[in-house]
Amino acid sequence: MNNAYLPFKAAITGVMPQTASDYTYRLATDLDVRPGQFMEVSIPGVGEAPISVSDFGSGWIEMTIRNVGRLTGVIHELKPGGHFFIRGPYGHGFPLEEFTGRDLIIAAGGTGLAPVKSILSRHCSGQGRLKSLTLLAGFKTPSDMLFKDEISAWREKIDVQITVDKIDENSSPWDGSTGLITGLITKVPVQNPGNTRVIIVGPPVMMKFSALEFLKRDIARENIWVSFERKMCCGLGKCGHCKIDDTYVCLEGPVFNYTRAEELID
Amino acid sequence: MGVYIKNNSFDQLLTELSRDYIITAPVKLPGKGAFSDTPLVTYREIRGAGEIEFNEKSRFSPKEIIYPITQTLFYFTENEYSRPAVPDQGIIIFCRACDVHAFRRLDEIFLRNGGCEDIYFAELRKKVKFFVMECRESFENCFCVSMGTNRLEDYDVMLRVSGDAQECDARGDFAGIFTGYGEAVEMIPRFVEENHTKVTVPENIDRQVFKHPLWEEYSSRCIACGHCTVSCPTCTCFTMQDIFYEDNPKCGERRRVWASCMIDGFTSMVGGHGFRNEKGDRMRFKVMHKIYDFRKRFGYNMCVGCGRCDDVCPEYISFANCINRVNTIASGVSAHE
Ligand code: SF4
Ligand code: SF4
Ligand code: FES
Repeated sequence: MNNAYLPFKAAITGVMPQTASDYTYRLATDLDVRPGQFMEVSIPGVGEAPISVSDFGSGWIEMTIRNVGRLTGVIHELKPGGHFFIRGPYGHGFPLEEFTGRDLIIAAGGTGLAPVKSILSRHCSGQGRLKSLTLLAGFKTPSDMLFKDEISAWREKIDVQITVDKIDENSSPWDGSTGLITGLITKVPVQNPGNTRVIIVGPPVMMKFSALEFLKRDIARENIWVSFERKMCCGLGKCGHCKIDDTYVCLEGPVFNYTRAEELID
Repeated sequence: MGVYIKNNSFDQLLTELSRDYIITAPVKLPGKGAFSDTPLVTYREIRGAGEIEFNEKSRFSPKEIIYPITQTLFYFTENEYSRPAVPDQGIIIFCRACDVHAFRRLDEIFLRNGGCEDIYFAELRKKVKFFVMECRESFENCFCVSMGTNRLEDYDVMLRVSGDAQECDARGDFAGIFTGYGEAVEMIPRFVEENHTKVTVPENIDRQVFKHPLWEEYSSRCIACGHCTVSCPTCTCFTMQDIFYEDNPKCGERRRVWASCMIDGFTSMVGGHGFRNEKGDRMRFKVMHKIYDFRKRFGYNMCVGCGRCDDVCPEYISFANCINRVNTIASGVSAHE
């Protein structure tokens, strides 16, 4: 019998600091991953936590990990040549086939940019089958911005609009907009609402208000997808932590169509 | 196969069975109860029939025998993992009809949900034989009749205390073994057909019930102690816990420990965000799981009506009562407790 709880060792081949507390780790592995799926990441003796895959390619995956606790603190000490343990991938990712030939708008709040990064990088390197792609992203301050280099490259190919909540003294120079991401949603060009698909990923409040704003822009509920973040101890539908009503976020999510997501009462 | 076995022979029978089985049963531990001078009825591995508590309902359920409160998933050293050994013997569990139904609920989650079998649960579950003790009459707070869990088809042995003897209906391999210790009799299992406590589980629960002010009352009454979930025979939730050994931090183990949706932190993620901060919302989450959303997913109710949650709540919160209030609200009438 296969032991689904047993993690395997994954070698770190690169560490790319994004901000003072978010590092992207590249791991050598042949896993078959879809955008939006997550892994259970662990260091035996320290702990295990769900982390979404931020990008992947042949022979590697990347995860962007924020230093917020004991496990992630220990991971942040690791260097290329080191390793940590993973199992997965888990959950359903984004339904990419639904986006073929569509105008896709992604609204990402903070670390919510990580789970959608692979969609952006694929499209901008000419691999996607989208008609167009627009990125709206919000961060707390300019220094919290993830994937700065990638964003500069994406700007060459697609419409990227970034806003920050505030500019503090430590911030890097900022010439973008300030204010909530909902402000960007009210103004984003929507050529053809019927052909537009939307992905929203971020903190619960951000997702809620962003969705309402997109509805005002005449995007149909069934054309909006969100990704939930929950405590998830197993990824297998066993531990119960991620359950909302009869839905297991680790099994049926973390990506949900808005028509289903809006029905889920925690 | 019906067999009448005198108590001293029954004891010898258990001695024979203990060669191939770990035998577990409710036992009475003096002075370990909720109040300092009251006894606690809980599960233990037993050596003799005299230890078995036939007359009272156990405070804890038998689930801990194959799903322990703390379970090591693997030990690790720098270079390898190893799993704790699984016993060679089978496992006999003396329990009640409702308890067997509860195991079916555990099976649903651990063996089937998500299409993956939990190896730790599966390996022990295969070994289990149910020795079901007839309930002569309903215990306090039981509502198995309402939940349809009072009757039972799939037992290995059914037992009825009869004076200084046991009347048994033994099946499979046990039939042969049991016959050697007593005389053949006709033994037709009897089940509890009425409980003092009755509940009506509403067929459909509208989303309005989720937002009903009923739940707010539990926010002030419930103290989030989690006793109700710990005593529940169908609660399955757990949290991972890693430890390392003081003398060699490179060695340690990953364990799982029971978790409770009633206790703080059940949904908290590193970095702070959590859900259901109000205890009333947790009560709603628990109640809905037991009588509504499990059924939506698997086709039957999770709650088996053993009433242990009501036996143990220090705040005298009644789950049965809550089901009936939800039913009243769901049928569109306002409820007053
Ligand atoms: S709920 Fe029914 S089967 Fe279970 S202990 Fe009570 S009376 Fe017996
Ligand atoms: S036993 Fe009672 S007080 Fe404790 S968590 Fe359960 S309902 Fe709340
Ligand atoms: S993460 Fe354990 S049930 Fe979903």
